[in-house]
Amino acid sequence: MAQVLAAAGSVLLAAVILIWSLLPVYNMFLVALDRTGHNEFMADIWPSHPTLAAFTALWTGDDEDVRDIWPQFGNSIFIGAAVTVFTVLVGSWASFAIGRMRLAKDRALTGVALLTYAIPSSALIVPFLRVMHVYGLMDDPWGVIAVEVTFATPYAILVLLYYAKLIPSELDDAARIDGASVVQLYRHVYVPLMAPALAAVGTYALLFAWNDYFYQSILLASERHATVAMGLEQFFDDDDAPWNYMMAIAILYSLPPIAIFFALRRFMARGWAAGALKG
Amino acid sequence: MSGSILAARDPAALQRPRMLLRRGRLHRSDLAWSIAFVVPYAALVTAFLVYPIGYALWMGSDPALYAQLLSDPRYVRVAVNSVLMVGLAVTVQMSLALLLSGFFARPRRWIKALLLVYVLPWTLPAVPAYLSFHWMFVAYPQGLLDNLLTTLLGLEPVHWFRNGWTALACDTVASVWKWMPLWTLIFLGGRMAIPRDLYDAARVDGASPYRCFVHITLPLLASLYIVSALISTIWTFGDYAPVLFVSGGAPAFRSDVIATLGFHYALDFADPPLGVAAALSVLPLLVPVVLVLVRRLDAMDLQL
Repeated sequence: MAQVLAAAGSVLLAAVILIWSLLPVYNMFLVALDRTGHNEFMADIWPSHPTLAAFTALWTGDDEDVRDIWPQFGNSIFIGAAVTVFTVLVGSWASFAIGRMRLAKDRALTGVALLTYAIPSSALIVPFLRVMHVYGLMDDPWGVIAVEVTFATPYAILVLLYYAKLIPSELDDAARIDGASVVQLYRHVYVPLMAPALAAVGTYALLFAWNDYFYQSILLASERHATVAMGLEQFFDDDDAPWNYMMAIAILYSLPPIAIFFALRRFMARGWAAGALKG
Repeated sequence: MSGSILAARDPAALQRPRMLLRRGRLHRSDLAWSIAFVVPYAALVTAFLVYPIGYALWMGSDPALYAQLLSDPRYVRVAVNSVLMVGLAVTVQMSLALLLSGFFARPRRWIKALLLVYVLPWTLPAVPAYLSFHWMFVAYPQGLLDNLLTTLLGLEPVHWFRNGWTALACDTVASVWKWMPLWTLIFLGGRMAIPRDLYDAARVDGASPYRCFVHITLPLLASLYIVSALISTIWTFGDYAPVLFVSGGAPAFRSDVIATLGFHYALDFADPPLGVAAALSVLPLLVPVVLVLVRRLDAMDLQL
């Protein structure tokens, strides 16, 4: 009897979790599959006349509302890929020197990293505009990439420092005795052994770039450099914007991070298990 | 003891690496290379973190700005909103994540599959996810939530964004929805690291699942829980996205938080210094949180 109750409880909980997690996703499809998506939109709780019109409009680019969407996707992918690569490179170099070569105390770095996240980004609107003018990086994707890498790297270094502690330092010692240089140590010992952690950190950096709206909207002004997040915000500001297009774009924009996350989830899971509890 | 045996067998092999890599002492060429490895990071931090943050602190250094802030009724309401939203969001998502991590820790295949669906919100990009929430709540009466209320439960539709408090509640729900899976995964990792023998021993002694939770899981996860709650507090305070994209501050800035008020001051009211001051006004709350956090991280040797 108690077992039956427990099983019923699990099933009920599972149902609640499913509805909770999927309701907003379902809503995206509900709106995207609607015929009009304009203000006269009268959706029921299921798509009464589902149509792929919004997706085909995105594909052909005939409607002027969605003409810019593919260049925007290109810009988002370029920024996301660059942020991923540079966060992994810069983060692994720094954590290699600090953690493995013991260049500095990692404790001080933890404090700096956490303080970074304590400054609300809205305090930095004007400072970033000013700084980018000084550097000549205004309305330049590389300005956004630099800022996003800067904000993603502290967390990446924390994760990498922790993983590195799981690798016995005897391996480094052995390589040194065989005459390996610092660079060889990094390339042939550190990177191969840290591959899962580097994958996890890269995924994190990509999610960070993909989640960002703030730095992109502040630092990129021209249509030419606009990203998908900025395009979605423009729809949001426009009272007459066709919501079915907007949600169709939202669905497409959500696919890459989901795909990469599920492809790499084994690495990520190992990271959580290792990084979660020690001492 | 085993060390002395090894040393007797091959003393040179043990001595040499220790001399090569003694803590804090590096060969000159090694030191140069190590510094070279840190230079890119240091350059980025100086150029894109220290300089702008220093600039922000300088902009917000005039005390008169803060008097001006406090005399603005909008700011007072927004400060209350921020504390409410952060307090609620952090408490709810942390406690639910802790409980749900127990559910997901069970070694069943269907639960593992369910976990993949459950982490979906965390992998969805913020802007599209919050815009979907916006549409669910904002359309009266044809938004999905009102439709479900009227169709399934026969209730009256609600104007969610006509009242500042319900609008803020919508933002809070969206924020919890997006971030709770991350903390659940972290607590799940923590639970996996607890040795099974502890539970087996307790069960032999006749302990109920509830007592196992209170006397084994809770004490062992306490530090992780506190550290996670502190980090989540910092993140939620700075997160503009749920408010900006779900309620948009409706009605008339009454569901805004400090993270979004800074935008309005800087971009809509053309008073950037006041925006900076508004954003910096959370520092007296957050700096102690950071200090406690650094000490706790240090004590438990945990790095997230």
